[in-house]
Amino acid sequence: MASISSRRLSKELMEIKNDGCPVGINLVNADDFSTWLFTIEVMGDSLYQNEQFTLQFRFDQQYPISSPAVQFVVTEGRQAPVHPHVYSNGHICASILGNEWSPVLSVIAVCVTLQSMLASCKVNQTTYRPIDNDRYVKHAPENPKKTRFHYDGEF
Amino acid sequence: MSSDYEFSDNEGEYYDSDEMMDDYQNDDDEEMETYEYNNNNNTNDNDYDYTNDDDFRIPTKSKSKSYQVEYTSLTQSLVEKAMKEEVDHVSGIFGVEPSTATLLLRHSGWNKERLIDKYMENPTQVLVESGCQVPEPIPSSSSSHSVDDKSGSGSRRATRSSSKLSLLSSSITSSNRSSSHKKISSTSDSSTTFTCPICYDDSPSLTALSLTCAHSACSGCWNAYAISKIRDEGEHCIRCMTEGCAIVAPDEFIHSVLRDDGKDLIRFQELVVRGFVASNPKLKFCPYPGCTNTVSCPSAAGKSVLSTLVPIVSCGARGITSSASNQNQNPSSFSTSSALSTTTTTTTSLHNKEHIFCFGCPIESDHRPVICAVARLWMKKCEDDSETANWIKSNTKECSQCQSTIEKNGGCNHMTCKKCRYEFCWVCMGPWSEHGTAWYSCNRYDEKGGVEARDAQSRSRASLERYLHYYNRWANHEQSTKLSLDLYAKTEKKMSDMQITSSLTWIEVQFMKKAVEALEKCRETLKWTYAMGYYLGRGNEKELFEDNQRDLERAVEDLAELLEGGGVEMEKEKENVGGLRQRITDKTVYVQKRNEIMLEDTAIGFQDGRWKWNVGVDGFEEPIEDFGGVV
Repeated sequence: MASISSRRLSKELMEIKNDGCPVGINLVNADDFSTWLFTIEVMGDSLYQNEQFTLQFRFDQQYPISSPAVQFVVTEGRQAPVHPHVYSNGHICASILGNEWSPVLSVIAVCVTLQSMLASCKVNQTTYRPIDNDRYVKHAPENPKKTRFHYDGEF
Repeated sequence: MSSDYEFSDNEGEYYDSDEMMDDYQNDDDEEMETYEYNNNNNTNDNDYDYTNDDDFRIPTKSKSKSYQVEYTSLTQSLVEKAMKEEVDHVSGIFGVEPSTATLLLRHSGWNKERLIDKYMENPTQVLVESGCQVPEPIPSSSSSHSVDDKSGSGSRRATRSSSKLSLLSSSITSSNRSSSHKKISSTSDSSTTFTCPICYDDSPSLTALSLTCAHSACSGCWNAYAISKIRDEGEHCIRCMTEGCAIVAPDEFIHSVLRDDGKDLIRFQELVVRGFVASNPKLKFCPYPGCTNTVSCPSAAGKSVLSTLVPIVSCGARGITSSASNQNQNPSSFSTSSALSTTTTTTTSLHNKEHIFCFGCPIESDHRPVICAVARLWMKKCEDDSETANWIKSNTKECSQCQSTIEKNGGCNHMTCKKCRYEFCWVCMGPWSEHGTAWYSCNRYDEKGGVEARDAQSRSRASLERYLHYYNRWANHEQSTKLSLDLYAKTEKKMSDMQITSSLTWIEVQFMKKAVEALEKCRETLKWTYAMGYYLGRGNEKELFEDNQRDLERAVEDLAELLEGGGVEMEKEKENVGGLRQRITDKTVYVQKRNEIMLEDTAIGFQDGRWKWNVGVDGFEEPIEDFGGVV
């Protein structure tokens, strides 16, 4: 029997293929049930106009009971958005990826959340990385799920 | 300390102590009896005698000594019973289901008084906060993606079930037993089949389960979710899986979801009990691995009393209970005794140590006579490598060229670094070449500076020596305690030999075992007296303390000499075993007496506030005198 994780992911993939992604989000790669890549753009009038970011999802066997590992891709000319909750290594400090993860959330739901996180970014914040960026990036584990974030913002 | 020294607390934070006692009292009749049978390897009589007095108020272990605290040990089932009584009480007052009352109590940290106050004020709010009831639906834009409505942190998905919410929540207070969770085998809402929102399975055989919030998921997902919560997070508060939904699953729901998975169910129950114990300052869970007992010690609840007493307790169990093969393991590690001895029963009883721990701090041994705060200071000092640094500082210098650390252990002041071959003067640290013709005596050093440097070095050395004096004795007794396992084995051997070579019977050679046990106990006390002595401020009190310490130490070493060295002697005077027995018994009694005096005197001193420290200790005045160098 296929594991819950692969069954669930195949259903999610089928839904994406049938219904398409929300505006601004595109599936790039979903060849297996361990890593998926999306591109994400912020639509309309925002500070990230005309910028495109790549979002990487990694799933373990316990998905969807355990959260996916989500981060922005920062290799091959790709950049992480400059945002107070995004570290320069692509790690994202968002509570729904940690202690507020719920198995009812889906890959698309996470994408939409992150899209709206970027969209709601204020003018004066765009020049900021998280305040502890340098220290964090220096010692950060490869997998963002291994980091214990302290969620202090709205996200 | 007298029994009326009850920890009273005005904040109404904890249980009323009377009620607490009653809770445990009512159910002890059979439970304690069976418990005693299960642990029949407990050969030590008086300490854990759970005979039931009619008057519940008299503690089973009457507190006669000032260095002992009153406590009761409870098995997991007793704690569960106590929890159940609390639940029944609250459930009776509020007129709610016991499962609801359980969740209410857990949410309020088992603080019944505060819960009742709050509940009387606003029952709905309390029910919502505890995850028993769905809050009134917040009017929201009913968007399909919950991520869009970020406004309220507690806002949930606006689903079609929101219209049913008020109806469902009202049923929770009704007496309908099965109202806490429902099974929906097939929903008639949109389609004929149910699709689990977690695994997206839609097979018709799927069982959908939901809590009062009506967010359903299939039983398989609930099972995986509950197991991951229990195993990975050690969490017994399991909420609905839906994002933002704060409804907590009642115990019956968890039980049904876990199905026949015995291990996780046991773990869940243990987590529930641990939560209860942790929220009550009068209770502490036994820290020994695999032990599930709890100790109730109302007189040591609260930080302030810890400066006047040392709450050493025992949970009543022995040995490491995690493995069922416990009985087989012990004799095998003492093969010498088990093979030939006729006293295998005593082998197990000797090594199945009581679970003794401190109620007030995390030290898992009997650290009497010294109080928790000072014991912790000492442990920290011993663990720190600050003393190593201290030693290096007072004994070594660095090569001024390559910075290698050099200890000068003799010879003249003309040093040649082994590593970089740099030649320098030990006194002034300058290059040797500049000393010119003044070989072997350094006159370049400033006289005053030299004196100061020497003073600093000798002060540092004196402080170090003082520390080492106490530490060596402390470590020595610790080492002896560790070696006591060997001594046990040897004593076993001697005891069986004695039965063969002399006319003494098994019961008559038990004096040896008693002596070894007394020895170990007193060494433990002695060990900690050195920790106490190190921090005691100078004065008459300290001198009296050291006199007691010296007497105990002498008695202990005499007895140890007799026991360990006595073997050879015994061979010689085989005909005189009776005499040896008499001497050992006498010494054992004396050692116990000295131990008693030591513990009693220090305990009374704590109650009278007689002890002064040479460092700052929580709950005591700052030291007035300055003992330069004592860190």
